[in-house]
Amino acid sequence: MRHLAIAAGLLMATQAAAQTPELTVYTYDSLATEWGPGPVIEAEFEKTCGCDVTFVTAGDGAALLSRLRLEGARTEADVVLGLDTALMGAAAESGLFAPSGVTAEYSLPIDWTDETFVPFDWGYFAFVGLADGPRPTSFRALADSDASIVIEDPRSSTPGLGLLLWVKQAYGDEAPAIWEALADNIVTVTPGWSEAYGLFLEGEADLVLSYTTSPAYHLIAEDDAGKTALAFDEGNYMQVEVAARLASSDQPELAQQFLQFLTGEAVQSAIPTTNWMYPAVIPDAGLPEGYETLTVPTTPLLLPVAEAQAARDAALEEWRAALAK
Amino acid sequence: MHATRGETQAADQFPARRRWTAPAPTHGPGALAGRLAAGAVCLALVLPLAAILWRAATENPASVMGLFRLGPADLAALRFTLWQALLSALISTLLAVPVARALARRRFPGRGFVITLMGAPFLLPVIVAVLALLAVFGRGGLVNEGLTALGLPAIRIYGLHGVVLAHVFFNLPLAVRLILQGWQAIPAERFRLAAQLGLRPAGVFRLLEAPMLRATLPGTALVIFAICLSSFAVALTLGGGPAATTVELAIYQSFRFDFDLTRAAMLALIQLALVAGAALVSLRIGRPAGFGSGLDRPVTRWDADSLPLRLIDGAAIALAAAFLLVPLAVIVLNGIGGLTRLPASLWPATLNSLEVSLAATATTMALALAMALARRTWVETAGLLPLAVSGLVLGTGLFLLVLPFAAPATLALPVTVLVNTLMALPFALRILAPVAARIEAEHGRLADHLGLTGLARLRLLTLPRLRPALGFAAGLTAALAMGDLGVIALFADPQQATLPLQMHRLMGAYQMQAAQGAALVLLALSFGLFWIFDRWGRAGAEA
Repeated sequence: MRHLAIAAGLLMATQAAAQTPELTVYTYDSLATEWGPGPVIEAEFEKTCGCDVTFVTAGDGAALLSRLRLEGARTEADVVLGLDTALMGAAAESGLFAPSGVTAEYSLPIDWTDETFVPFDWGYFAFVGLADGPRPTSFRALADSDASIVIEDPRSSTPGLGLLLWVKQAYGDEAPAIWEALADNIVTVTPGWSEAYGLFLEGEADLVLSYTTSPAYHLIAEDDAGKTALAFDEGNYMQVEVAARLASSDQPELAQQFLQFLTGEAVQSAIPTTNWMYPAVIPDAGLPEGYETLTVPTTPLLLPVAEAQAARDAALEEWRAALAK
Repeated sequence: MHATRGETQAADQFPARRRWTAPAPTHGPGALAGRLAAGAVCLALVLPLAAILWRAATENPASVMGLFRLGPADLAALRFTLWQALLSALISTLLAVPVARALARRRFPGRGFVITLMGAPFLLPVIVAVLALLAVFGRGGLVNEGLTALGLPAIRIYGLHGVVLAHVFFNLPLAVRLILQGWQAIPAERFRLAAQLGLRPAGVFRLLEAPMLRATLPGTALVIFAICLSSFAVALTLGGGPAATTVELAIYQSFRFDFDLTRAAMLALIQLALVAGAALVSLRIGRPAGFGSGLDRPVTRWDADSLPLRLIDGAAIALAAAFLLVPLAVIVLNGIGGLTRLPASLWPATLNSLEVSLAATATTMALALAMALARRTWVETAGLLPLAVSGLVLGTGLFLLVLPFAAPATLALPVTVLVNTLMALPFALRILAPVAARIEAEHGRLADHLGLTGLARLRLLTLPRLRPALGFAAGLTAALAMGDLGVIALFADPQQATLPLQMHRLMGAYQMQAAQGAALVLLALSFGLFWIFDRWGRAGAEA
């Protein structure tokens, strides 16, 4: 009965929406929760667009892309918010996305030239641990130490895939040897970031693969300055989170407007304390207090999209072979 | 010498030797309903798989040719999956025997509560249970603290043994309950006769308990084997790395990493074939014991009154309770602090979960009852197959089926009910089927003579005697549906979350404490539902 009521309500809502254009945004789960930037993005964009923003969520970036590929041209999505640099190759190959037309003064540590994908935030992958715990300064030093780490599986998690590409870019053909050396430091490999971070907070390992911005959450939201992220001599791999508009969208102009809006002040000033990542464009007021305490890696690493896409499968096989022994 | 002769005579007098098995109904509404239900279940499993294959074929026809090509990594995953599932099933089942025996032959204050509490671990979301187990067995866990205090080396939980430990933690309670049900099916009169004949515990075991175990254990092990076959998060997290890759993880990888639908469908077919094969083997071994009927007198165990046996039973119950309850206590303690941090959005999600849970309980019980009363091997096998189908494959297939007709989000809750129904059905059926068969074997002939058929037979004979099993099955279904993350993640929009999904979202947003609070709410509600249904069932019988 209630579902009938919901269905009837939706029907009426659809008719009402004939006057108000609707913008359907696919995004990952934690972005659309009340702690994420989702509510701010929705409220701020609706103030000016004369439209109705609807979020539809999937687990994470990879799940989003899978879903869009399953739906193909039939998708209701106008915009996808939350793919990342590791998925961009596959996303571009799918042919589902149209050029963004967005211009912005990005504050990324790299040049951004892609015309389809719009960066909205970014971060460095890093091992995060207690301030008074072990602090190795490179993968080799980590492998030689007896520090224990929890990492995520590249097959099921975005940070896991980032780590795979990190080691690959830093060490190339030596990557398998690094993995073999790291094998005895790895306590376990988890399916996703939440499990890994949960295990770390429970004290199961000294270090966890996360972001350099993770300590900011503990500092700003919990008033806990006891966590730190490690900069590695090889450099730290970057993750840039991107949005794009669907070629099949029936609201191309609105979608374009939304992408431009993402790089604007309203969204960018909310990013650091909702998504706990660096904003893609530095907001007028600068970064929030506490961000100045974060570790800043000296060398940003990021494989060009095509190279990352090409290296992925072989790197995964090396990883699996080295750790499955 | 004397005792031996006594036992031989006793054996001749036990009805087990003159077994009468009721023929399965071949006509009438009962048989038809069961077959229709089984047909519907098969369809609900096959259509989503077919949808995925169809999609793979239309997108990339060449890929379907590679359907049965398995690489060395796939074979390794298959080997590990089978091995851990087999170990988990055997160990859970064997450890459950002394616990169930102790609970069957002892009466003590709080026994009913212990039996109900045994159900709790089975109902926990995976990540909650894993973190709770780590608080006990992990690096800084209670066990290691104890060992360090005693100057002993620490244990390391990660590896095959950790995976099996977690699976035993999850499934031991289920095994205990299923085996206990078998013990309770031995009529009190048999134990009385055994006592009159002066049978020792060994004799009672050989003549009464062993045939019962032979009938009960294969089915129990089968269900657990099938559950563990699709394990993924437990296996990976506690397995310690890619050596612990299961087929389910490979399916996950095909969808997300490779976007290879053909491969996902192929791996799902392999899982299905494994469970179907195991089901046929176990249903063949586990033939009914046939103790004949009794007058439902309370069971008195004259054979088990000695002090050593009482000590053994006491130890079995205490160890099992500690193994299961300490991690649960950790969840409760950790959760209390998070209760004040729960966001308002948790409550609509909780309501959604309750709705899904109750709806799934109604549909599951209707299907399971129809299928249990049909009493046919193929119907029972069909009822077990959902255990083998990966939730991700099922969800994705249903997603593809729904897509041409409606926006998936509008059907999120009905689809979740459907999937939860399918996932709970094997357990409900495993609980109901043996009891239904026994009712027919014991009372079927009399009912036939009296011309008691159709609904009257259901109302007067079957349902009253099935009530404890119905209550247990309904409780388990309700709790499973409450805690299942399953397909909702594929379909939901932010407004339609369920409680487990909301808990995962909290974890994903650094809100670990709030997530622990949500886990406690989830545990309390799942357990509450389980308790209400189970109590209702057991109120009708001494159990």
